[in-house]
Amino acid sequence: MLAAMTAPMPATPPLSVTVSRARLTYGGTLLFSDLTLDLPAGRTTCLLGPSGVGKTTLLRILAGLAEPEPPTCVTTGDGQPLAGRIAYMAQQDLLLPWLTILDNVLLGDRLRHRRPDSGRVERARALLDRVGLAGRERDRPAALSGGQRQRVALARTLMEDKPLVLMDEPFSALDAITRLRLQETAAETLAGRTVLMVTHDPLEALRIGDHLHVMTGRPAVMGPALEPSGPVPRRVDDPGLLALQAELLRRLAE
Amino acid sequence: MRALLRGLVTLAVLIAGWQALVWATGLPRYLLPGPLAVADAMQRQAPLLWSHGLTTLTEILIGLVAGVALGGVSALLLARFRAARRWLMPLLLVSQAIPVFALAPLLVLWLGYGMASKIAMAVLVIYFPVTTALFDGLRRTDPGWLDLARTMGASPAAILWNIRLPAALPAFWSGVRVAAAVAPIGAVIGEWVGSSSGLGYLMLHANARMQIDLLFAAVLVLGLFAVTLYAAVDAVARRALPWQPDTQPAEDANP
Repeated sequence: MLAAMTAPMPATPPLSVTVSRARLTYGGTLLFSDLTLDLPAGRTTCLLGPSGVGKTTLLRILAGLAEPEPPTCVTTGDGQPLAGRIAYMAQQDLLLPWLTILDNVLLGDRLRHRRPDSGRVERARALLDRVGLAGRERDRPAALSGGQRQRVALARTLMEDKPLVLMDEPFSALDAITRLRLQETAAETLAGRTVLMVTHDPLEALRIGDHLHVMTGRPAVMGPALEPSGPVPRRVDDPGLLALQAELLRRLAE
Repeated sequence: MRALLRGLVTLAVLIAGWQALVWATGLPRYLLPGPLAVADAMQRQAPLLWSHGLTTLTEILIGLVAGVALGGVSALLLARFRAARRWLMPLLLVSQAIPVFALAPLLVLWLGYGMASKIAMAVLVIYFPVTTALFDGLRRTDPGWLDLARTMGASPAAILWNIRLPAALPAFWSGVRVAAAVAPIGAVIGEWVGSSSGLGYLMLHANARMQIDLLFAAVLVLGLFAVTLYAAVDAVARRALPWQPDTQPAEDANP
């Protein structure tokens, strides 16, 4: 099972995405305007910031779940529209309790009226094996722990195999140790993909992010990218990481 | 097993109380027959009760199936199409504002003295609880699931079928449980208004001829139907929703 141990490589070449001139008003208040966010191809970009700064809305615009306010503009590296080319992972696992683990991973196919062939089922099994849930295919989500359920959600996101992966605080509902383990699995399996992750946790961003942006203020501004060195997932006790964490916390508190 | 035993004890106490009341008051048999007299009537009139009971049971079952099917389809249409919500919703509410009792004579006039008018009556009382239960369930889907499905490129029909409907099934089965409890009412009202067979007919007939023990026996048979029907629907509902945790306190189920 060597193939299953390495990162499941994306079938499509990585895509770069840029949000420019982004503007958002909420209830008459201007949250940000003329904001730019670059998502370099094949890299993980982390977006940090206090609650209510509009970072989740930015992610939802990219996901096609929120209408962008003019003159917000989303452009991709290949010039094609982004619709239908994203995979989304939320804070809740969003597993359907009536489906088995395997069927949950294959949910996208089911929703697109595509009967999963043996190749797709095999891939779903390999992904479940990759996130450490081999042998649980026939179980229902209720039989799994919170961390295991979020692992299934990760497998489901990877199953979609889309050029852009959007993660909205994917591990914030988990306990500290489970979160650290899942960050490792996520960093390994998402390597080589374009990822945007919104998070509250500076350490999480430093462990698995290539480019870190801090969004603060009202109206909010996008801070310059912080680029920690070294391959992901980085060690928690890396002294360089801890120095950067102090820097991130300082920026967040501004 | 213990629950059954407890039920039997309760029943025995009730019957003893009933018999004690008959002895104490000395009410004549044509006003309040004792349990023994009713048991005797049940045994003597078993073929009669059976044939009339069969009529009522058929009406209840056909009415239940038709009413649940009609209510289910209506709720799905309401959830799927905005036009259906705008045009059908007022009709649904009005259908509930008119008491079924008021419609019974009309239904008998239109559909005749046979089973059709009673089945229609049962369908009418079942339709509303089933439709509202399922429609409410369909409206309360977790928004996170809908977001996820949208990012996966699912059509509204695919979302309804794969996410909203399964998520609404617990609510739907609550509606069916209520339907199972009220279906016998619909059928018996229909029989009271005009019929030539069925337990409702037998009750009126026995009442008119002062055969109160037979009337009691007919009521008991009807009650037996209602309880059995409810238990059966409850069992099917549990089997149909294996993912649904029963959060009733554990000591309630297994003391």
